[in-house]
Amino acid sequence: MTVIQLVFYFFATVAVLASLGVVASSNPVKGALFLVLTFFAMAVVWMLTHAEFLAIILVLVYVGAVMTLFLFVVMMLKADVVGKFEGFVRYLPLALFAVVLLIGLSMFVVSPERFGLEAFPEPAFKPETYSNIQQLGMLLYTDYIYPFEIAAAMLLVAIVAAIALSHRKIKRSKSQHPGLQSQAKRADFVRIVKVPSEKKV
Amino acid sequence: MVSLSDFLILAALLFGIGVAGIIINRKNIIMLLMSIELMLLAVNTNFLAFSHFQDNLVGQVFVFFILTVAAAEAAIGLAILVVLFRKTKSIEVDKLDTLKG
Repeated sequence: MTVIQLVFYFFATVAVLASLGVVASSNPVKGALFLVLTFFAMAVVWMLTHAEFLAIILVLVYVGAVMTLFLFVVMMLKADVVGKFEGFVRYLPLALFAVVLLIGLSMFVVSPERFGLEAFPEPAFKPETYSNIQQLGMLLYTDYIYPFEIAAAMLLVAIVAAIALSHRKIKRSKSQHPGLQSQAKRADFVRIVKVPSEKKV
Repeated sequence: MVSLSDFLILAALLFGIGVAGIIINRKNIIMLLMSIELMLLAVNTNFLAFSHFQDNLVGQVFVFFILTVAAAEAAIGLAILVVLFRKTKSIEVDKLDTLKG
């Protein structure tokens, strides 16, 4: 067993166990932290596929930004609202059936006979001067420049949408609304109360 | 050496666990979003494994775009979740029956 295999199997096991923790944890904070662990382990696995840039992006963007956002939102919501955990036992048989079927089928399809080292031999190691980031940039800024720009525009739209959705208007302004003022009716403001008159002693 | 099928089996396991998370955690929208992130991670792993073993960088470009879309999706999903919580004081999927669907 080579070092690379050892690293792969160790971090693959960590990733699978941590993702089981994500699914099975009753507390979303714990679930988010397990997801962070999954991302770290999968970043190592991605590093083994020689995708160094994307592995770092996974750690920086996912763990650093997206999961932090998740944790912020989880902690902003009330803990007792978040902590509901009722469907686990009820849906467990259905989930087990569906998942065993899904994983079994896909494992059958991607079995080592079809995708083993004979069919897909390990590519030769790149020379030391090879730079993954450089090659990726060459591809991204030439052939895929339009998708890249569309992705940038989409991120901008996502920022605008997220702010527009969650931004609360500050009610500090005391400006008058003439339309509302002219719609005012007497019944909205005047209330006639019948007060029983006092009896003479 | 680690073969392609090892990577694919790992991705299949992660994807299956993500599907299980969606089936099990029907109450909590945050857990649903996290399960979706798991499934996206599995799909990205598939792309990267094929990209490596076929010696073709286009798979990595694709993963790059998937990561972008997933980050935008998470941001907007969480914003919708916050607005929803403000309106209904709950994030349970079962209580989202305003549309009477």
